[in-house]
Amino acid sequence: MTTALNPRFTFETFVVGSANRLAVTAGRTVAENPGTAYNPLFIYSASGLGKTHVLMAIGHATKKLAPGLNVEYLTLDEFVEAFHAAIAAGQGDAFRRRFQNVDVLLVDDVQFLTNRKEMQSELLRLTEALQAAGHQIMLASDRPPAEIEDLDERLISRFSGGLVVDMGVPDYETRVAILRRKSEERGAKFQPGVLETVAGPDCDSVRELMGSLNRLIAHQAVTEGPINAEATRQVLGLAASAQAPAAATAKEARSSDEFAEFLSDVTVTVGKAVEAWRARVAEAVLRWEGEGYRTARLEALLEKDAPVGVEETFTSFVRDVERLKELEAEVTLLDPGAAGDAVFRDPSRVKEAEAAAAKVREGAAPPPGPSAAFTLSLFAAGASNQVALTAVKEVLAKPGKKYNPLVITGGSGMGKTHLLNAIGLELDRRARSIVACLSTQTFIDELIAAIDGNRMDWWRARYRRATALLLDDIHLLAGKERTQEELFNLFNTLLDHDRQLVFTTHAHPSTLEGIEERIISRLEGGLVVELQEPDRDVRRAVLERWLVEKDALDPALLDYLSDRPVDSTRGLAALVQRVADVAFAKEQPLSAGLAREVLEGQPAASRRPSGFRTSGIVVSSLGGVRSREKMVWDWSDPGDRVIEDLR
Amino acid sequence: MSLVNFTTREITCKIVYYGPGRSGKTTNLHYIFARVPDTRRGRMVSLATQTDRTLFFDFLPIDLGQISGFTTRFQLYTVPGQVYYNATRRLVLQGADGVVFVADSQARQLDENIESLQNLQSNLLALGMDVRQMPVVMQYNKQDLPKELVLTPAELDDALNFRSVPSYSGDALHGSGVFETLKGISELVLKRLSAGAPA
Repeated sequence: MTTALNPRFTFETFVVGSANRLAVTAGRTVAENPGTAYNPLFIYSASGLGKTHVLMAIGHATKKLAPGLNVEYLTLDEFVEAFHAAIAAGQGDAFRRRFQNVDVLLVDDVQFLTNRKEMQSELLRLTEALQAAGHQIMLASDRPPAEIEDLDERLISRFSGGLVVDMGVPDYETRVAILRRKSEERGAKFQPGVLETVAGPDCDSVRELMGSLNRLIAHQAVTEGPINAEATRQVLGLAASAQAPAAATAKEARSSDEFAEFLSDVTVTVGKAVEAWRARVAEAVLRWEGEGYRTARLEALLEKDAPVGVEETFTSFVRDVERLKELEAEVTLLDPGAAGDAVFRDPSRVKEAEAAAAKVREGAAPPPGPSAAFTLSLFAAGASNQVALTAVKEVLAKPGKKYNPLVITGGSGMGKTHLLNAIGLELDRRARSIVACLSTQTFIDELIAAIDGNRMDWWRARYRRATALLLDDIHLLAGKERTQEELFNLFNTLLDHDRQLVFTTHAHPSTLEGIEERIISRLEGGLVVELQEPDRDVRRAVLERWLVEKDALDPALLDYLSDRPVDSTRGLAALVQRVADVAFAKEQPLSAGLAREVLEGQPAASRRPSGFRTSGIVVSSLGGVRSREKMVWDWSDPGDRVIEDLR
Repeated sequence: MSLVNFTTREITCKIVYYGPGRSGKTTNLHYIFARVPDTRRGRMVSLATQTDRTLFFDFLPIDLGQISGFTTRFQLYTVPGQVYYNATRRLVLQGADGVVFVADSQARQLDENIESLQNLQSNLLALGMDVRQMPVVMQYNKQDLPKELVLTPAELDDALNFRSVPSYSGDALHGSGVFETLKGISELVLKRLSAGAPA
């Protein structure tokens, strides 16, 4: 089935010249390091320039260096034949196995792959298998891979992925060297100048050269004396003694050629100049068609005889396409289903596309926004929350760029929700912003409603539009697998578009349980800041504001309350409320004395009696938590905190 | 004159050979005339004096046939070199698409060359043509004369070619450089096709 290597075709018998040096060097390298150097090695040249010789020489050299290797040479036709025979015999797999075990495969004449789709895929598969196994494959053809007609793109890229080298026509010196070596091999002797004469005229291939040499040898065998240069010309039918008349006709030749040359030059220039616009239009048609846009408008240009309005058409076409792209991108975010509409691919229907986009835009209600009550100016600053506030300022300065996501942690009542909403309000002030700011519970509820209403696309589109997503109490995601999945996707989409993400949670993300690792790691990938127990400055600022609201700003009371130990802002609120309640009951004004009496007279737990530890956002009934009273929340060990429905 | 007419699908190039008297403009045209096949050329009109000096102008139309669907014609003109025929020169220059300035390489003719070049500029200006936009090439003719009599192309470039237009050394009598010059100017002129065409 395969051809044995011709013993005469070795590197030693190959005459190397400038035209084939690269191919030979590459071939030798491959023979020395099969499978590692250039894989595949693709050699191409016109017929008769030594492709087969080099291929076989590589085979020989490989065998010489590593006798154990399995080297096979075959032409493509043989390969095809073998394949067909194997298929006919029902041995297709055996055929494949056989070739996959070849260490060095040399395939000649691969240009015959044209119009052989099944062979192309077979060869592609084989090439991949050989490459994967570290086996060498070498191919020869009379043209580069890209010029082999009808060749599979994947094969072209495979072939071109290794090394593609060409071999040119040998130069004069190489030709003489080849002739000398060949005549030596044949034991023929020639007078000086004879071989030079044979090598003289330009020849297209070494084979042609060999033909000339054979004719000379045959001729010399039948004539008595050795053949000379003059006789050589006659034998080979070369223009006899071309020198003298050549000089005489030089001028003549020039005169008739000059005009023809001029004419062809002008033809090229005119062709370029006159047809340049057509080429440009055709190119543009191809390009936009390739991108899936309708190009009727450009094609109409080609119908015309003159390049009238080409520029204007081009400009308007490109402008329309750009607009379509914008609209499509926008619609893709809002409603992926609507984006496939053909209207977004036809520049002649921009108006319709605008209308379609507007429709989609209207259909998508904005996601829940931040609460207006929690402004940033109301958030009291102090040493305990300095880090967090600085991070927030950075985020507000460069949303989506600086700290993304920003995770705010802190115990209950530290002001996480306030800060989150404050960020949301600030971000919402920007032009064209859509800030989604909501509690995780609401997020989950909406998702469940969307699943229920079979409106998942709509739900996703709604959040994908958001320029910022702020989720409060992210730890409530624990155990909500579907929500985590959706959030994960949303997270990535928004992050890809540089949209700001802010989350709050009661503890550092790494300690959260029931949340997938991929989400945790993404949360940790941004910036995690902690809101600590309010320091005196913060307490004082907060108290001052409340007391002013209650119209009871008494410096002694303020000092007294500021110094009370509390672990959260909310604790502080409870403190004030208790004092205020007593004052109301006793119909006394708020004062330091009353406060001391209330707070120290009956030492009270500053903790909130209720165990529900969200940030005060009302929990809906859809989340699986039916009633506050049935929540077991304040267990001493945080690790034991679980939501348990007692019903 | 419109260079390219998309309606009639015609391209017409008017090329004027300009230069001082006896620099070899007519010789250029004669050489070209002799090399163009009979079917391609019109009658060469030459209005010359007894002593073969151009009195009015030479005119050689060449029909290059259909190129890219355009009937392409070249019209080669020469102007009379002598100083006193300026009105004729200006007339011939009118509507030119390109100018070949044929300079006499002889050292003693340098002043005439410069004068003729200045005359070209002022005539173009007078015709309202932009000297910088007009395609121009230089031909340094008579380079076949003994070395001691002529300036080298490099020297002539220094002296005349301050706009750095393409320049060719020539020997119009024997034909060297003639077609190179024609090719050079044709290319410049035709390249303006795309630029000048209504886009």
